[in-house]
Amino acid sequence: MIYLQLLISFFQVGLFSFGGGYAALPLIEQELIHAHGWITNQQFIDILTLSEMTPGPISINAATFAGNQVAGIFGGIVSTIGVTLPSIIIVQILAYFYFKYSSLTMVQGIIQGVRPAVVALIASAGLTIFMTAMFGHSDWPVAFSEINWVSVIFFAIGIFIMRKYKASPIQVMIVTGIAGGIVYSFI
Amino acid sequence: MKKKELYKTLFTSTLYLSTFTFGGGYVIVPLMEKKFVDDLGWLDQDEMLNLVALGQSAPGPIAVNTSLLVGYRMAGVPGALVTVLGTILPPLIIMTILSYIYMAVRDNVIVNNVLLGMQAGVAAIIVNVVYNMGSRVVKQRKAIPILVMLAALIAGIVFQVNILWLLFFSALIGAITTVWDLKKETDKEADQ
Repeated sequence: MIYLQLLISFFQVGLFSFGGGYAALPLIEQELIHAHGWITNQQFIDILTLSEMTPGPISINAATFAGNQVAGIFGGIVSTIGVTLPSIIIVQILAYFYFKYSSLTMVQGIIQGVRPAVVALIASAGLTIFMTAMFGHSDWPVAFSEINWVSVIFFAIGIFIMRKYKASPIQVMIVTGIAGGIVYSFI
Repeated sequence: MKKKELYKTLFTSTLYLSTFTFGGGYVIVPLMEKKFVDDLGWLDQDEMLNLVALGQSAPGPIAVNTSLLVGYRMAGVPGALVTVLGTILPPLIIMTILSYIYMAVRDNVIVNNVLLGMQAGVAAIIVNVVYNMGSRVVKQRKAIPILVMLAALIAGIVFQVNILWLLFFSALIGAITTVWDLKKETDKEADQ
């Protein structure tokens, strides 16, 4: 039953992504690429690309998109419900205790502890994306001759305009998208 | 305000915010503050900040969690469901449409070239996010968070340890240090 599998997978993604949108990336990667093989590495990056250019949280975007790719419109809806359910349940439980005791020291202490690990997990998912952008794949080992130098330059431009001019992600996507459309069409 | 009107305002506000906010939780939260504190006057600044902190303490997207809390605060469980619906509908509709366009045009040469260019852009965005988050951890100048980050990095990348174990152990460390800190505080108070 594909719908049930999608619901369970995305429920897990929602349940274990602490600390905002990007925290869902490593979980999406693990569930959708490695555990079920529903999407390819390339599709994963495409989902992220589209998410950066559309409104809404990354995990919702990813759930809708991947669900649609795997099992059509109903798959997209089921996945989106799955990724949102943990929030609906847990946030209301937390809110209940918060309004009752107006303190969440323990919960916040645990979150403080999880945060550094989440950074590491995002870095790990980011490495897959970085490798794919630079070498065309993310399997070790990689050869120096495989480097896509155009991609290296685009990457450097992206970092530069974000750090120097505080460019937003969507501006980075527009710049690299137009540049890619022009440069790759002529080489 | 009548119940029905309250639900309607909750729904339209969150629908509007979710449709026009690009870039996730850190962008939408300040806009929610403006809407619910300044425009509608439903919450005061402190209360809103508490709800934001609470939303960040739970798993899941911050935008969904925070709007859910505003709905819950204003109109209980039905309010929470209304705001969640308002928040997830726009991305659900937009991504569904995009997903079909994607399937139709993914193999087009120019589309492929544009996406290939954007791939480097996405890599830059993620590296930038990791750098910002990582330097925030390092700047606290506390040994335990930095060690947890390094250990999780090695465990995740080199040893491919399951994500859930990494989250579980770091949560455990968070719980232990919280108990430790609370104990130290009460000991100090007892000494005085």
